[in-house]
Amino acid sequence: MNIIEFKGITKKFGDFIANDKIDLTIKKGEIHCLLGENGAGKTTLMNNLFGLYNPEEGEIFLREKPCKIDNPHKAIELGLGMIHQHFMLIDRLTTTENIIVGEEPLKNGLVDMKKAREQVKQISDNYHLAVKTNEKIENISVGEQQRVEILKVLYRKAEILIFDEPTAVLTPQEVNNLFTTLRELKAGGKTIIFITHKLEETMNISDRVTVLRKGKVIGTVNTCDTSPKELARMMVGREVLLNVNKEKSDVGDNVLEVKDISLTGKHKNLLLKNINISIRKGEIVGIAGVSGNGQLELEECIAGLRKVTSGKIILDSEDITHAPTGIRRKRGLSHIPSDRLKRGLVPSYSLAKNIILGNQDSFTKNGFLLQNDINKYCKEVLEKFDVRCQSMNDTANNLSGGNQQKLVIGRELSTDPKFILAAQPTRGVDVGAIEFIHNNILEMRKQNKAILLISAELEELLSLADRILVIYEGEIVSKKNNYTKEELGLLMAGKKVPEEEKKELENRIQND
Amino acid sequence: MQEILEVIFNINTFSAAIRISVPLVFAAIGGVFSERAGIINLGLEGMLLTGAFAGVLGSYLTGNPYIGILFAIMGGALIGFIFALFTIKFEANHVVAGVGLNILMLGITTWLMQILWDSRGTSVNVTGLSEITIPILSSIPILGKLFGSHNILAYLMFIVVIFSWIILFKTPFGLRLRVVGEYQKAADTLGIKIRKIQYTSLIFSGVLCGLGGAYLSLGHLNWFSMNMSAGRGYMALAANIFGGWNPLGAFGASYLFAYTDALQMRMQALNLNVPNEIIQMIPYILTILVLAGAMIRSRPPAGLGKHYKTNR
Ligand SMILES: Nc1ncnc2c1ncn2[C@@H]1O[C@H](COP(=O)(O)OP(=O)(O)O)[C@@H](O)[C@H]1O
Ligand SMILES: [Mg+2]
Repeated sequence: MNIIEFKGITKKFGDFIANDKIDLTIKKGEIHCLLGENGAGKTTLMNNLFGLYNPEEGEIFLREKPCKIDNPHKAIELGLGMIHQHFMLIDRLTTTENIIVGEEPLKNGLVDMKKAREQVKQISDNYHLAVKTNEKIENISVGEQQRVEILKVLYRKAEILIFDEPTAVLTPQEVNNLFTTLRELKAGGKTIIFITHKLEETMNISDRVTVLRKGKVIGTVNTCDTSPKELARMMVGREVLLNVNKEKSDVGDNVLEVKDISLTGKHKNLLLKNINISIRKGEIVGIAGVSGNGQLELEECIAGLRKVTSGKIILDSEDITHAPTGIRRKRGLSHIPSDRLKRGLVPSYSLAKNIILGNQDSFTKNGFLLQNDINKYCKEVLEKFDVRCQSMNDTANNLSGGNQQKLVIGRELSTDPKFILAAQPTRGVDVGAIEFIHNNILEMRKQNKAILLISAELEELLSLADRILVIYEGEIVSKKNNYTKEELGLLMAGKKVPEEEKKELENRIQND
Repeated sequence: MQEILEVIFNINTFSAAIRISVPLVFAAIGGVFSERAGIINLGLEGMLLTGAFAGVLGSYLTGNPYIGILFAIMGGALIGFIFALFTIKFEANHVVAGVGLNILMLGITTWLMQILWDSRGTSVNVTGLSEITIPILSSIPILGKLFGSHNILAYLMFIVVIFSWIILFKTPFGLRLRVVGEYQKAADTLGIKIRKIQYTSLIFSGVLCGLGGAYLSLGHLNWFSMNMSAGRGYMALAANIFGGWNPLGAFGASYLFAYTDALQMRMQALNLNVPNEIIQMIPYILTILVLAGAMIRSRPPAGLGKHYKTNR
């Protein structure tokens, strides 16, 4: 049975068409992947289904009956449940309160918390979704928060579950657990729509895949009849190299040395603990870790946005521990910040202004900006880094996420730096752009730059980095040249790789 | 010194503080409901003033102060609704809308006073609320002095404090309201009717301020005067913050402010060789100190002051 059918759904934001006459059928009991680059319109389509948006055109059929779903309340009543990309949780309320709100069990007109906790416990046992029923959201891990989101949906007796990029925030182990849950849900007769832009996951979990590109459906295929290569081509619209080719490079002298830095937070808690990193010319050092384990603090300390409590940072044999950001940049530091909208660019500025940001002194004469020089330079950067835009007078917030990121990267790599601090350079960026960014980073390596790559993407680290350090709760817990994905996953979750397993792994590596 | 201590611990000071606290408590709890639903409410001041005026108007027209209370409730509800329209429907900046409301109500009440009573300063005298003495309670030594004899609004205040706490923290409505104030989009995805909850809580906020205002005009005095609320709305907002956006806390904070006010008045009567102006400053200085301390640790609802736009 076709449990959901989209017929000609169109959703516009102003003149921009986010969903363009979408036709899509979901069968009862399947796991259906919606695959597409960032900005392809996946979330928008599902928001239409969930009643958060009302489409301009088209019809949605639910269980073969036409349905007008104009608010989430109605969607919930119809058995739909959505686990949003950004969690819809209230930090200061407990897990149980978050789950039951809107459909509270009552006793004498008051909320019956005891019964609520029992009900939550029961569902959580049924589906092996362990949560502490009386803990505040702000005190639990991201993985557990996601389980709360799933429980919220199951508590409302959803038959159709929509997961919007659920794996973005999880460690590999947590992803495995999530997939187990998904299979269990499917076995229990639920229908699952799974949104992602990751090919591997799609191949792993889905029964069928629908690829979206630029708001249009490109096609629907059975997972068993397709390959990652084909899916990538459908997504991007051209051939994509899924594996980067890394050539050997000659490593030279130390460029950046982080010596024993520590950082204490507001409440005297240690955010970074005795971190030592040294990076040589032509070398990419990766920092792996689940986000929130000190990566941001490390990034800020090296970039000069935050004062270290103790320790030293040396760039090109000069002590920059106390140098302000401007001086660091002059000494040859480039910074691709993890939060591009907050720190990478000024959304309301034109592309040209964004490109000279931080480097504006080179385009100044007698205190005035040299508009011609700027335009020429910007044109070069935009072309070289393939930033797709209407004109360089566009403001940065008109670009899609991937193009914004390419803009930031273009600016940072065009100043001939000695050292590049690349924090989450491909976060929220689609495969096409990822490939491009990776190639640019490798190009920098070839040009003998020293690169620190902070990333939550294991694939990225494994394919780009020459050495990897694992950070956990502000501490480097492991460093090595060769890791397997499983090993990294365990280390990132704060688990030690047991000695025997380690040996076994080493054997396997030698045998490979 | 001894004299000062006597005033500080005098039962009459505590008892006077209860009377002074009533309008503050009503307005502060009005602030709790509004802000827990995500709406910054500087309009408490204008709502109090409206309540005070409407109360006197009702009593003036009918000769019955209880009808005056009814007028105050309706006036407060109306202003609460108007404030809701501006902050929710028209997405005005909450602070601007609040201050605007205060200026507007100051103007309107003064103007109406001119029309009705031909005076911009004070209204005519009307029938005020009489005190109700509770038989047994009033004869118990200390408790009797504190709680034995008040007008109906003061008794209502205690009931409101307790019921507000229950509503906010024990009922489904309260839970939903807190979710709305923290994160409107999350509430939306849960199928909670955000607008209904916000309008309800702002109207309730207006009603509470109406009652507080009626106490000012019909309880304390028997007339209305220009700008009668005299900053109590702002103080109530501060009490709401100091009280941690909680009705019980708001009551405690309001009482503390009222107590220092009572103390100040009594100290002026002592002839301490200190200029009265300095003594009058005490409550305000205390407010500043207390708030500075409280603000550091306070944690407002996460969605306070934010607008949420649906794409429907
Ligand atoms: N509320 C909105 N207002 C304007 N544009 C939007 C809005 N939501 C999404 N868009 C735009 O619509 C496109 C599709 O977005 P989205 O559905 O979030 O993509 P995906 O989930 O596939 O990454 C993007 O270009 C995005 O900028
Ligand atoms: Mg999305």
